[in-house]
Amino acid sequence: MPGIGGDAPMTERAEAIAVRNLHKRFGALEVLKGISLTAYEGDVIAIIGGSGSGKSTFLRCINMLEVPSEGSVAIRGEPIAMRGDGHGGLVPSDRRQVERLRSRLGMVFQSFNLWQHMTIIQNVIEAPMQVLGVPRAEAIARAEALLRRVGLFEKRDAYPAFLSGGQQQRAAIARALAIQPHAMLFDEPTSALDPELVGEVLGVIGDLAREKRTMLLVTHEMKFARNVANHIVFLAHGVIEEQGPPDQIFGAPQSERLKKFIRSSH
Amino acid sequence: MAADPASLIDWSLLAFDPPGWGAVLLAGLMNSIKIAIGGYSLGLVLGTGGAFGKLYGGPVTKDLLEVYTTVVRAVPELVLILLLYYAGTDLLNRLAAAAGYGTVDISGLAAGIFVIGVVQGAYATEVMRGAIRAVPPGQIEAARAFGMPPLLILWRVTFPAMLPHALPGLSNLWLIATKDTALLAVVGFSELTLVTRQAAGSTKAYMLFFCAAGALYLALTLVSNLVIRLIELRARRGWVSTR
Repeated sequence: MPGIGGDAPMTERAEAIAVRNLHKRFGALEVLKGISLTAYEGDVIAIIGGSGSGKSTFLRCINMLEVPSEGSVAIRGEPIAMRGDGHGGLVPSDRRQVERLRSRLGMVFQSFNLWQHMTIIQNVIEAPMQVLGVPRAEAIARAEALLRRVGLFEKRDAYPAFLSGGQQQRAAIARALAIQPHAMLFDEPTSALDPELVGEVLGVIGDLAREKRTMLLVTHEMKFARNVANHIVFLAHGVIEEQGPPDQIFGAPQSERLKKFIRSSH
Repeated sequence: MAADPASLIDWSLLAFDPPGWGAVLLAGLMNSIKIAIGGYSLGLVLGTGGAFGKLYGGPVTKDLLEVYTTVVRAVPELVLILLLYYAGTDLLNRLAAAAGYGTVDISGLAAGIFVIGVVQGAYATEVMRGAIRAVPPGQIEAARAFGMPPLLILWRVTFPAMLPHALPGLSNLWLIATKDTALLAVVGFSELTLVTRQAAGSTKAYMLFFCAAGALYLALTLVSNLVIRLIELRARRGWVSTR
């Protein structure tokens, strides 16, 4: 069953990301067992679930960092071309298409993954200049505006290793925004942070959500998910166990697994 | 010109103009440096290709590279030099003869660079392979996630990220390359060691000339260390200093 676009009135909003019947197997282990989900423009979808539920794998399948074993992914109505790999799985059949689609999906990783040999501003202008061909002056102007926005303008010439985890993750968010993404993918953006640094990163993500940017957010921060998302997806054992608007998911959970999960995460 | 009997060392033998041997020694040093730079560069290219082949190549590529690194690192360099120089020249001449050309004259410089390069390539392969594996996977994954094509990732992320890990090993290889040039004396190439032997033999001033050669090798190493330090500082620019 396809996902729903949240509690906003169902107008003719375009599909930003459409996933159909996604399976992912690692050898004999099936991590994702047929997931379908549609994110419309402006949707903020939080994906929750216990560890090992497959939520990160699901997110990484959207930009083909993990290649699905079965199923399809479409970005803004454009299906990613896949072909059989000869072993019962799939591989993308057009590398350039994948690169082009990736270049408009801003990914934020759990462990930041800023390029260590580049300063913060170099990190932010790298993809716009090298991948999208934005002229240097324009890329720098845009990067400085983004760094100001995440509160890191003074750190623009510092190297990532000299920044706190919270600062690095905010820089990583600026880097993802710099490509003017169609959608943002957050893969547990606060899980690697010390508790006192979580707030500053969630603050930035919350601002983005309020701008109605399309985002998929894998998170353990239940309160945050409830506040910023318009749709919650609960994954368990590789399937969507339950989904719906936040008040319903957190206020009136139906399935036993979700009830248990919400109780245990308080 | 007779040696000054009052002095133990006849420094005039190091003069630049004949009968001094200074110019000859310096020319020998220049030849050594040329071979070292050429061989080292070739070794870097072979090593880079070898490392990526070993890490990402197909099974045949991997096996071939394994044979290359194992054989070259197992056989003494002197034997390899004699083998590649004499057997290699012989093979080229036979091929040229079979193709209807006359004998080809292989320059000692080209042969030396080739031999040192092949040897260095085998060691560099292992150094680079280790360095590439030391790059945190997240660095490359981030580049992929932003839509960078493989060669761009290599150039913009993998290379600069692996460099700090590769530099200690590569610096060693450079110093070894400068001294491996001395082995080419056995095939009659006029590098520093060979000309030193000639100078010493014809003047009987063994102590003077071999010490002078040693000093030149030492100077080369000291200058190299200086340059290596600068490169290392640049490559480790994003690192929190542990000193």
